[in-house]
Amino acid sequence: MSEKTIERPTTDEAALAKELEAEEKAAARQASLLRDGWADLRKRPLFILSALVIVCLLALAIAPSLFTARSPFSNGFCQLQNSMNGPGSGHLFGFDVQGCDIYTRTVYGTRNSIVVGVVTTIATTLIGGLLGMLAGLIGGWVDMLLSRITEVFSALPIIIGGLLIMSIWRTGDVWTVSFIMAILGWPQVFRIMRGEVISNKYNDYVMAARALGADSWRIAFRHILPNTLAPVIVITTMNLGVYISAEAALSYLGIGIQSPNISWGLMISDAQDRFLTSPHALLFPAGALSLTVLAFIMLGDVVRDAFDPKMR
Amino acid sequence: MGRYVVRRLLQMIPVFIGATLLIFLMVNVMGDPVAGLCGERQCDPATAAQLKREFGLDKPLWQQYATYMGNVFAGNFGTAFNGQPVTELMASAFPVTIRLTIVAVLFEIVIGIVLGVVTGLRRGRPVDTSVLVMTLVVISVPTFVTGLLLQLLFGVKWGWIKPSVSPAAAFGELIVPGLVLASVSLAYVTRLTRTSIAENRRSDYVRTAVAKGLPRHRVVTRHLLRNSLIPVVTFIGTDIGALMGGAIVTERIFNIHGVGYQLYQGILRQNTQTVVGFVTVLVLVFLVANLLVDLLYAVLDPRIRYA
Repeated sequence: MSEKTIERPTTDEAALAKELEAEEKAAARQASLLRDGWADLRKRPLFILSALVIVCLLALAIAPSLFTARSPFSNGFCQLQNSMNGPGSGHLFGFDVQGCDIYTRTVYGTRNSIVVGVVTTIATTLIGGLLGMLAGLIGGWVDMLLSRITEVFSALPIIIGGLLIMSIWRTGDVWTVSFIMAILGWPQVFRIMRGEVISNKYNDYVMAARALGADSWRIAFRHILPNTLAPVIVITTMNLGVYISAEAALSYLGIGIQSPNISWGLMISDAQDRFLTSPHALLFPAGALSLTVLAFIMLGDVVRDAFDPKMR
Repeated sequence: MGRYVVRRLLQMIPVFIGATLLIFLMVNVMGDPVAGLCGERQCDPATAAQLKREFGLDKPLWQQYATYMGNVFAGNFGTAFNGQPVTELMASAFPVTIRLTIVAVLFEIVIGIVLGVVTGLRRGRPVDTSVLVMTLVVISVPTFVTGLLLQLLFGVKWGWIKPSVSPAAAFGELIVPGLVLASVSLAYVTRLTRTSIAENRRSDYVRTAVAKGLPRHRVVTRHLLRNSLIPVVTFIGTDIGALMGGAIVTERIFNIHGVGYQLYQGILRQNTQTVVGFVTVLVLVFLVANLLVDLLYAVLDPRIRYA
């Protein structure tokens, strides 16, 4: 905060006074790490761009029927006579092999991608964050045990572990896929949270709080937690895109979301045999998927830049 | 160093036991290991019971796990759907995937690090910005889309490569699949190297090296690069697991008969033994790779000494 004001040459005394006043106000609002990061974030054009794309995607996910007049679940939605027809009037993206309108299916596929990404991210943050905090705060044998368990889970890479579990369950709805990716993905958050808690645990402000008679719960949630949040938020945002991409890869392999649920990965998998003669059936869902992942990866990037200047 | 290696090997044991236990529990408790043995339809109860007796699945769980671990150490992974021992499949599949992974890691090291150094030394210039944008695009486009596009362009339209790889899978055939497999990690290696180089460039030892009058290339390769590579080595080491996972996708696109192909077939035909065997070996590979990374640190960073 103060660095910024030093950089700016202020000749006018009134302006200087104004700025000082603003700064005092900011200090009164308890300028925390998170608030600093947020203030920094809002100024970045890349953040605004990716946030705009994500808002559009969220709109598509929440109310797909606003964006297309057809419904992929209605009778007569797929007409075999249209099979693999290219883009034409009224059907922007053309038809797939079953004669279903690709535009409508792509629009309706947004929800599953977003839901898997968001649910997995929330679940990994909760599991990894809570366990990491426990391990860091309690230490001793709890830390030992939890750390060993984490190592076991991270010995299974997400696609291979997902392959194993999905080959057994074979249900393929959004929740199963999210659950599996969460089970395999939490160790990363655990490690970061644990490290952060341990490095914060012996800081002076924790000692001060303890000396003032704060109990362990208060210290954990009011003092340590807010100071560990920035790195967790960074890794969480970055993972959103990664999980969306992983869901598509699992669905592409036939072990993620299964028909009749709509998934971009599944659409791509269905279209790949006829890719040479009619690429449109593959390119449109692939484009939607790439755009979505790009938006979230970009968001992760700017969030990292804003919250964690060291990692730049 | 010797004692450190032994200690690390000993630490690997509980993790390996835990991971195999996890795999075992997932397959035997959450799933039904004989489900796929009667083809598409359900097994009738008598056959299922007979099969379960045959595979020892009627015994208590701990005994089953002990048998499984005993078999793993004896190198016995059961039979695949076509009656071939799973170990035979591994003998033909692992060399192919290892070659593919080597090609991918080479791409990561050579292209990733070169691009990272170039952009790290020219931060904010047009080269830097364009490479950064390119890495964003590469990370965002899923591997299977990149793979299919390159296959279409190089293999079919321009005829530079054969669109599908022969069962022998020589190194020459694996260049494009290796590039596809490496693509996402390559982008990450580039960014990581860039950050690391840019950070270390302002450090004291670089200034000293320049002040001593060393030529620029020596400062960069000997002083700057060696110190900047430590996070990159960590990344590449832990990435080997991800590469093996990604290989499933790449191998499906280019019809490469490696680990991913066999795993995929095992899942398609619901052959639990194939899947469990391959996953077990993959976990072992992953753990060993992590160990090697830790040992590499000592080579790269003379400050790290293992007693």
